Amino acid sequence: MGGLIKSSIARKVAMALSGLFLVFFLLQHFTINFTSIFSADIFNELSHFMGTNPLVQFVLQPVLIFGVVFHFVMGFVLEIKNKNARAIKYAKYNGGANASWMSRNMIYSGLVILAFLGLHFYDFWVPEIVHKYVEFAPEDPTRYYPELLHKFESPIRTGLYALSFVFLALHLWHGFASSFQSVGFNNKYSVAATKFAKAFAIVIPVGFIIIAIVLHLNH
Amino acid sequence: MNLTLKIWRQSDANSKGKLVDYNISGVEGDMSFLEMLDVLNEDLINKGEEPVVFDHDCREGICGACSLQINGEPHGPDRLITTCQLHMRKFNDGDTIYIEPFRAKAFPVVKDLMVDRSSFERIQQAGGYISVNTSGNTQDANAIPIRKEDADEAMDAATCIGCGACVAACKNASAMLFTSAKVSQFALLPQGQVEATERVLAMVNQMDEEGFGNCTNTGACEIECPKGISLENIARMNREYLKASMKG
Repeated sequence: MGGLIKSSIARKVAMALSGLFLVFFLLQHFTINFTSIFSADIFNELSHFMGTNPLVQFVLQPVLIFGVVFHFVMGFVLEIKNKNARAIKYAKYNGGANASWMSRNMIYSGLVILAFLGLHFYDFWVPEIVHKYVEFAPEDPTRYYPELLHKFESPIRTGLYALSFVFLALHLWHGFASSFQSVGFNNKYSVAATKFAKAFAIVIPVGFIIIAIVLHLNH
Repeated sequence: MNLTLKIWRQSDANSKGKLVDYNISGVEGDMSFLEMLDVLNEDLINKGEEPVVFDHDCREGICGACSLQINGEPHGPDRLITTCQLHMRKFNDGDTIYIEPFRAKAFPVVKDLMVDRSSFERIQQAGGYISVNTSGNTQDANAIPIRKEDADEAMDAATCIGCGACVAACKNASAMLFTSAKVSQFALLPQGQVEATERVLAMVNQMDEEGFGNCTNTGACEIECPKGISLENIARMNREYLKASMKG
């Protein structure tokens, strides 16, 4: 078991599992956000639950943050190790001849997502933490939708969110389907699983873009 | 055909190499790529210059000796062939062709285009074998029933010639396709079960020690493999490895 931690396959599986966990979180996040475009009340109710439930706040939230940090740190560690595995670069390297742009540039799409997470935390997570655990402001279950609407007032911020979701789609296009291969899932259901992963990689980010635009227009 | 060749020249493992331009004329479409290099070398020898060193042996695509990164792809632009099977008709008059060694920390350059691929041998030595009693009472392999599908998949994996194109093509210089083929050819057969746990752990461990990169599932190795070794082997090796790690 000791060797498992250091092995390339274990790292690959760890990347895949943390990625799958984040995909699951993304679906949950999307589901709640989606309610905001047709019902402010449902959105407020769900956000209030997520924002005040102790299990979500003190168990799931730290697990999620650990998952995000782990995925990024491991991504960087693997990228550095992989770069070192070819000390002298090719003068001519035709990577596009045999692999997709998305698969070859996961680190760059990942970096854009990381930058987006910085903005997203600045927009939502930090004010939320300050509101609840620094200022100890009284909880208003109806505050979430107006706050959300206010954030998407700026066309620049809406545009930045939309652009980030494009990179999220590129990242998921390779990452989600590839995670099945990493955990050794390869059987008669593989084709269907890959199709589902590719569809997810398009539908969810496009859905997030639509939500951002609708909120911007609703302001 | 007149061509400009940009060839990596490096006098030995410790020297710094560089791309050197050569102009070659009279190249015919029916020549193989290696024959074209033979013509260049004859010309260089006649001029009293050092010929270009490159690996080759059977020249019929079965030994795995020839290598070469040609215009940014291992074994050149064609699919399911080795460099010795690549014909010059794939190029056009006036083309510039980049010819570089397979690049990986685990494949150090010996001289010019020749690289040391003994890291693959060491991975094989770590577990790519089965123990068979050869003292005269060896069991007839045909007496052991094997599903046709398993036998076919094992044979497909065993067609890997260990040329290293998978490593050369991979942006991470990963050797997972090679190692997984060597694991799979035994993992699929009853004869391979006795040492299955030790085999996959030892071979993956050796692969990591050699300094190959991590697989990120780009699939470049499968596309460039001259024998069409499937990515399914990597998934199988991952499963075998996780199973063995839990046991070990």
